[in-house]
Amino acid sequence: MGQIIVTDLEGQEHTVEADDSMSVMENLFDAGIPIKAACFGCCSCSTCHVYVDPEWLGKLEPRGHEEEEILDMVLEHRPNSRLSCQIPYNDALDGLRVTLALDTKPD
Amino acid sequence: MVNLSTLEAPPITIAEPGGDPIRTDMIIIGAGPVGLFAVFEAGLLDIKCHLVDALDKPGGQCAELYPEKPIYDIAGIPVCTGQELTNGLLKQCGVFNPVFHLSQMAEQLEKTADGLWRLTTSEGTVLEAPNIVIAAGGGSFVPKKLPLPNAEQFEGHSLFYAVRKMAAFANKKLLIIGGGDSALDWALNLQPLAKHVTLLHRRNEFRAAPDSVGKMQRLVAAGEMDLQLGQITAIHGDGNQIKSVTIKSNEGKDVEFECDMVLAFFGLTMKLGPVANWGLNLEQNLIAVDTEKFETNVPGIFAIGDICTYPGKLKLILSGFHEAALMCQQAYHYAFPGKKLVFRYTTSSSELQKKLGVT
Repeated sequence: MGQIIVTDLEGQEHTVEADDSMSVMENLFDAGIPIKAACFGCCSCSTCHVYVDPEWLGKLEPRGHEEEEILDMVLEHRPNSRLSCQIPYNDALDGLRVTLALDTKPD
Repeated sequence: MVNLSTLEAPPITIAEPGGDPIRTDMIIIGAGPVGLFAVFEAGLLDIKCHLVDALDKPGGQCAELYPEKPIYDIAGIPVCTGQELTNGLLKQCGVFNPVFHLSQMAEQLEKTADGLWRLTTSEGTVLEAPNIVIAAGGGSFVPKKLPLPNAEQFEGHSLFYAVRKMAAFANKKLLIIGGGDSALDWALNLQPLAKHVTLLHRRNEFRAAPDSVGKMQRLVAAGEMDLQLGQITAIHGDGNQIKSVTIKSNEGKDVEFECDMVLAFFGLTMKLGPVANWGLNLEQNLIAVDTEKFETNVPGIFAIGDICTYPGKLKLILSGFHEAALMCQQAYHYAFPGKKLVFRYTTSSSELQKKLGVT
């Protein structure tokens, strides 16, 4: 268990209790953060796109090939762009800071 | 036995858009796995179906989002891909001759004087039936749009997310954005026609078919097409006419780039769309149904698959199959009022086997 600090599209910051049996996306979704996550973890859409705080970037496994391809479709790519469904949460990520990208906007 | 891994996509009947109103027994909105299985279950009960889908092919998310990805939880099929499942479902329901209305969105729904539902699509196709089945999954697939504040003012005039008429791009200075098959295919197809084509992508790797990438690279090497790496950050123009765009290079440098038209391919997203305005009870963008008939609050309108919700709902393809079968039991009574419905097994019923064309 630990926490994820997420900034939503309105700029509002939320602290989410995170479970290490779930991905970052699943933790955010489970906590009721408005994140579209259309394919729900299949690495097939880009609607769980987040910007990871640069301080945390080095603590994550690098992007996979599939994730890299899906990141071709995001509206605004940044060097710290990640698909939150591809980041397994673990205790070492306690305090992880992410910002939702425009792609996550629900209908 | 049918081998899914070698089964090719079976031929389907695709209707021309528009034309005279079509009367049928069941209109299914969404030609994904659940919509296709509904055709089969309906067919066993003599219910004839027409399907409407925003995509240009059947299969829904299975065909659009994960055609090559494995699915392990279809009962009795240890593993198959999204496309293989689609092909299998098309083969299975094909015996009942469903008619597909593709590349159009279900838009307007009204009641006719004789108590039927009349559905009008975005392409002007009019369908009438006693049963409407919403099997629209996560919603209609629509192109993702540029998130720039003034993008809308250019849309449909000098900014496009799809190609309708190639001639519109003749002699234009064209910027095409993206690295997938749509971007590469259109860059190659429009290159001979346009005054000049520039392809813009965030990196020098492309998920498009290697053959298209090779063709593009040869055109770039010959100076007949340009490739720019970076992202669009602003559009400039007058009224609805684009004059230039700002491209941020991967080194962080802003460059103003002159062009007449922009074609942007950022993939597709799913939206509930006009269905949201049909007076159905919604819960967080999902359609509430009962678990006996999977009917909405409006009699004759059903919702099955990922788009429906009820206590305990799981968004699984297998749940959608179950929902389709039960839905058809009720739809039968709207299609054939007063007629008795007899429950039979395909394994033993000679009547069902005749319908399936196996005896």
